[in-house]
Amino acid sequence: MSSGQVVKRVKYKATVKDPGTPGVLRLTQEKFVFKPNDPTTNNKLDVEFRFIKSHKHTKEGSGKPPWLNLTHAQGSYIFELESFADLHVCRELVGIALSKHVQGEATKVISEEQLSSAEMTLRIKLLQEDSKLQRLHKELVASGKLTESEFWATKKKLLDQDESRKLKQRIGFKNSLIFDTKPMSDGRINQVKFQLTPEIKYQACFLLCIFALKPAVHQAFLNFVPSKMNEVDFWNKYFKAEYLHSTKNAVAAAAEAAEDEDLAVFLKDDEILEIEARKKVRRVDPTLDMEADQGDDYTHLPDHGIFRDGSKEVSEAQNALYKRTLLQDLNRQGAVVLEGKTLDMEMEHPRTVAEILARRKQKSDEVVGDEERQNRISKMTPIEDLQAQDDHNYAPLCIKDPRDYFDFQQANAVKTLDDSQPGTEQMTCSLGSEEAYGSLMAAISKIQATGLRDPLFSPDVALKVLHGLTRNISSTKNHLGKTSQESVLDILPNTTKEKLLDHWVCSQELLRHFWSSYPVTTQNLVNKTRRLKDSISQIYSKLEEIKVSASSDLRHQVSLVVHPMQQIKVYGQFFTQALDAALLHYDADIKKRNARVSKKSNGYV
Amino acid sequence: MKFEIEDVTVYFPYDNIYPEQYSYMVELKRALDAKGHCLLEMPTGTGKTIALLSLITSYVLSKPNSPLKLIYCTRTVHEMEKTLAELRLLHDYQLQHLGPAARILALGLSSRKNLCVNSRVLAAENRDSVDAGCRKLTASWVRALAAENPSVPSCEFFEQYERAGSSAVLPPGVYTLQDLRVFGKEKGWCPYYLARHMVQFANVVVYSYQYLLDPKVASIISKEMQKESVVVFDEAHNIDNVCIEALSVSVRRQTIEGARRNLTRMRQEIDKFKATDAGRLRAEYNRLVEGLALRGDLPATDAWLANPALPDDILKEAVPGNIRRAEHFIHVLRRLVQYLEGRLDTENVEKESPVSFVVSILNHAGIDQKSLKFCYDRLHSLMMTLEITDTDEFLHIQTICDFATLVGTYARGFSIIIEPFDERMPHIPDPVLQLCCHDASLAIKPVFERFQSVVITSGTLSPIDLYPRLLNFNPVVSRSFTMSLTRDCICPMVLTRGSDQLPVSTKFDMRSDLGVVRNYGRLLLEMSSVVPDGIVCFFVSYSYMDGIVNTWNENGILKEIMQHKLVFIETQDVVETTLALDNYRKACDCGRGAIFFSVARGKVAEGIDFDRHYGRLVIMFGVPFQYTLSKILLARLEYLRDTFQIKEGDFLTFDALRQAAQCVGRVIRSKADYGMMIFADKRYSRHDKRSKLPSWILSHLHDAHLNLSTDMALHIAREFLRKMAQPYDKTGGTGRKTLLSQEDLQKMVISGMDDMMF
Repeated sequence: MSSGQVVKRVKYKATVKDPGTPGVLRLTQEKFVFKPNDPTTNNKLDVEFRFIKSHKHTKEGSGKPPWLNLTHAQGSYIFELESFADLHVCRELVGIALSKHVQGEATKVISEEQLSSAEMTLRIKLLQEDSKLQRLHKELVASGKLTESEFWATKKKLLDQDESRKLKQRIGFKNSLIFDTKPMSDGRINQVKFQLTPEIKYQACFLLCIFALKPAVHQAFLNFVPSKMNEVDFWNKYFKAEYLHSTKNAVAAAAEAAEDEDLAVFLKDDEILEIEARKKVRRVDPTLDMEADQGDDYTHLPDHGIFRDGSKEVSEAQNALYKRTLLQDLNRQGAVVLEGKTLDMEMEHPRTVAEILARRKQKSDEVVGDEERQNRISKMTPIEDLQAQDDHNYAPLCIKDPRDYFDFQQANAVKTLDDSQPGTEQMTCSLGSEEAYGSLMAAISKIQATGLRDPLFSPDVALKVLHGLTRNISSTKNHLGKTSQESVLDILPNTTKEKLLDHWVCSQELLRHFWSSYPVTTQNLVNKTRRLKDSISQIYSKLEEIKVSASSDLRHQVSLVVHPMQQIKVYGQFFTQALDAALLHYDADIKKRNARVSKKSNGYV
Repeated sequence: MKFEIEDVTVYFPYDNIYPEQYSYMVELKRALDAKGHCLLEMPTGTGKTIALLSLITSYVLSKPNSPLKLIYCTRTVHEMEKTLAELRLLHDYQLQHLGPAARILALGLSSRKNLCVNSRVLAAENRDSVDAGCRKLTASWVRALAAENPSVPSCEFFEQYERAGSSAVLPPGVYTLQDLRVFGKEKGWCPYYLARHMVQFANVVVYSYQYLLDPKVASIISKEMQKESVVVFDEAHNIDNVCIEALSVSVRRQTIEGARRNLTRMRQEIDKFKATDAGRLRAEYNRLVEGLALRGDLPATDAWLANPALPDDILKEAVPGNIRRAEHFIHVLRRLVQYLEGRLDTENVEKESPVSFVVSILNHAGIDQKSLKFCYDRLHSLMMTLEITDTDEFLHIQTICDFATLVGTYARGFSIIIEPFDERMPHIPDPVLQLCCHDASLAIKPVFERFQSVVITSGTLSPIDLYPRLLNFNPVVSRSFTMSLTRDCICPMVLTRGSDQLPVSTKFDMRSDLGVVRNYGRLLLEMSSVVPDGIVCFFVSYSYMDGIVNTWNENGILKEIMQHKLVFIETQDVVETTLALDNYRKACDCGRGAIFFSVARGKVAEGIDFDRHYGRLVIMFGVPFQYTLSKILLARLEYLRDTFQIKEGDFLTFDALRQAAQCVGRVIRSKADYGMMIFADKRYSRHDKRSKLPSWILSHLHDAHLNLSTDMALHIAREFLRKMAQPYDKTGGTGRKTLLSQEDLQKMVISGMDDMMF
């Protein structure tokens, strides 16, 4: 272990059932290499640990051979070792290597979500392009303050921007699918045109329409093309079938279908649709389930009840198989439009379109349980307006004049500046406008009554306040006013300035994360806030460091001593205020939650 | 809330109540006190169901020594589920206030198809195959075999249920079908037989109309219900049709062929038994001499659909000698099938009374009336003896025996009509022999006689005096309530002219007129651009809908309509229609908006609600008259005229308007809801038609809305929608209260009921 390398005889198994290839496994801190004894087999492995997500191993005495199982994104590597002693050695090394990789390489760190390689490259590219972002990334993620995914979560916009080439919103199907794919007869008998609306890009859209509307055609396309017939033949057949349908001649359709079995595929009812319908009907809202009624209805015994009184319809049983009605098509189209998934691509080979659709369908076939049905029905039953008016204690929405808000904020700002001035007492004013007005009126009337015998304020206090205010204002104003680019920071030496800016950006980022994780609802968020709190509190000390270093560096630059120090102070104040608020909130929240937890446990235990 | 009605404390699960719900309960309570039947019409959207349930359960709670049972009949399974869900809400509320004393057992009952949890049985397609699949595993002889030979499959759920014996009970509570299935799965007991068993002990049973009205089902399921029961028929406006259907049978070519096959198979079985187990057939013969096998002695699993004739009409006597022996009975049936086939082979429409038909059977086939009457039970006995489990294969011969028994039992109220082809498709020969019942009172008579109180209620029972005549009973209470509205939340309109000011109608001579079709299309198009969310359209028939949609498609109107909303259509395929409805709701939910095309008298019009945003507008295209050339309808009209002195025209109009009212009434569910109703036919503006609409629609039908054209209707729609979008006071403000709190009610009881007349 000390050498950081372990070599063992193992058997490599691709799956659990695999008998295994005997060979040698060499483990280092960075990667592992497997070489089979038989050099002709191509089971060689050379994998870096950063691709490994986790490791498992069998327990001693569990009756299983000593297996080491390294999970990666697509599956796992299983190694059968010769003894459990070997296994322990390997396991230890793997554990160390993995933990190192989790902490270490930030960009390649394993996140909870599976990243596609495209996204990964995009992120890396963004980092390379933007050095500031890279620094921030290094600072926050590499040091473990934030995880990779957390970092990128707030940078969504950056990621999206790059994808702006693609459409932001997926376009659904038009509600005129069937019209677009229906044959238009131009009046002459033998010639039928299948008009493709010009604005529709032929390939993708048109195919999509057909495939979405008719899963059987889709299936047939996947099966037949190109193994059995080429594309042109396929579509010829398809449109021939469509034409037969449009003539509404069920007999002719039946005859044609009997002759050509490929054509029959298009003419027959869509079996896939039927199976799908059966599946779907099981999770339909029970208040709509007419199939259940039929199961209950004893008048639907054949030949019972009144058969021919005109209310029931006549249907031709013969050739019903080949008779597809407009009504069915309309229903189908509605369903497809509602499902509403189209592809983003414009021009694609039909084969790929077909395959993509097929894959997508598999994904969407999830089963909704009975419980959901039950919930739906109980949601339906109550009569809304008979229930008591829900008198939740909502605070009424009160939109203030925005100027009030800013005035208030300004007062705060002034107050903070005041605080920095030693000697001025802090006055907390929390008066509503009416109270203020009241007191003002009282004061005025008092003055009117008594006259201005004593000044309202003592002159010293007034002077001090005025002085304090003007100094702050003038100092910032002076420096800001000189040139448009120049800011107060510019008077600081470059190194300090950059450090300060970095810290600024960094703490901004941290604060953003901190506030965005409220309200804390999951354990995950609890951990995150704790982590953030720790890193926030570290910033204090760092700021202090800067202050100290700055002052020592600049000691000899007499003219600049006062201002930078003050500026750093001011900035520090901004920092600390924001940071203080965050920490305060954290503590309060923790307290509150603890209280809640204890209350709960008291109540229930 | 909790309040007193005379001596009953009513527990109502909401904090407020509509005044009409209160009056409804008062009337209902009087009927229960009088132990008589009642007829109550209350508009949809005023919470009939919950008012009914809470009064009746509270009534039972306040009189603990009278074991009153509630039998609640719904038309459809989903209404059953809805009712049970409301009952659960109520029950929770009562438990909360009364504690364990309020505990009841309430359950829904349906067929095996909806209750079975055995995956092997459930794999079958329809109800009959599920029934047969169950029987194949649970029939007494199959189980006896399985006990000896473990390789014979049996149903583990049923076996466990049997093993549990008397300890297999449902604990008190409210059980929907879903709950029953879950409970059954959990315990490993068959939910179907458990429910069937528990029905006797339940305080509330919710099931379909047919379980009481159809003698084939009722005599199995409902025979043990006590007299002290309150029977409720909810949404009962079509109850007469259900009664008639329950006693009608028809025989077609396919039936005859199928019956022949069945007979051959039975013949083979008999021969087999003769060779192996002749004693069994002899035993059956002896049993038949003594009288028919009493159904009570049979294990529950062996029971199948019972005799189609009503219990009182079945004679308790020995089976006639000529059909006692199995092979003789088969011969008799063969002759009967032969005779029926001969009668089907006709070129003219024939109409006959049962009496003369029986006589001609006797003359031509040599089967007397008494043998005919026993056909069904004799067949049943034979199938048992032959141990036939795949009963779904034997439906045809069952139909024939149903027919024979009915025709042999009833001399009046029925007629036999033979048609060589459908009037509307004369080129396709499809002969049918129909035994149709005309008298709705026949099927419902035993219900009225057996049970203490029968409540018939619906949103549309106008004219309310017609129902007692049709069903032949004397209600002690017969009331029609109007709706007290906080605001004019319904807006009925009669549209007589299209956008080109020409009249629109589905009258026979106008319905294929392209101008009318186009005008209807423009109406829908304009409305779809104005009305948000869901629009429901009802057409007079499937064929009319099919035709008009195709025409709209050809002249491009459909495409224009679809630019505004998605279109979904009711088809004859139940599964497809269900999915279409589900998608329709999804489209309304997601804000895309949709139009649903449906058919008056269809399945959707019967049972699906289009409340809230699922239906802001309903358009009734045309007047949904029955097909007046139908021979059966004519025979029924004749019968009604002769027996009840009801004029044909009156009955037809009544029937059409109740359907129309039923269709448009689907859009409103509570007073917070709102919707428009357009009657698009010039005939609605005539007083004799319009006046048949229920009063809650009529009272909102302004004179100015009686003769509109498309553009005017559009204007009114815009105004209405704008008005409805405003906030309003739910309690009705200063004027008459439309929403009562507990306090209001107490005040009202003190001040007397003067201002409570609705």
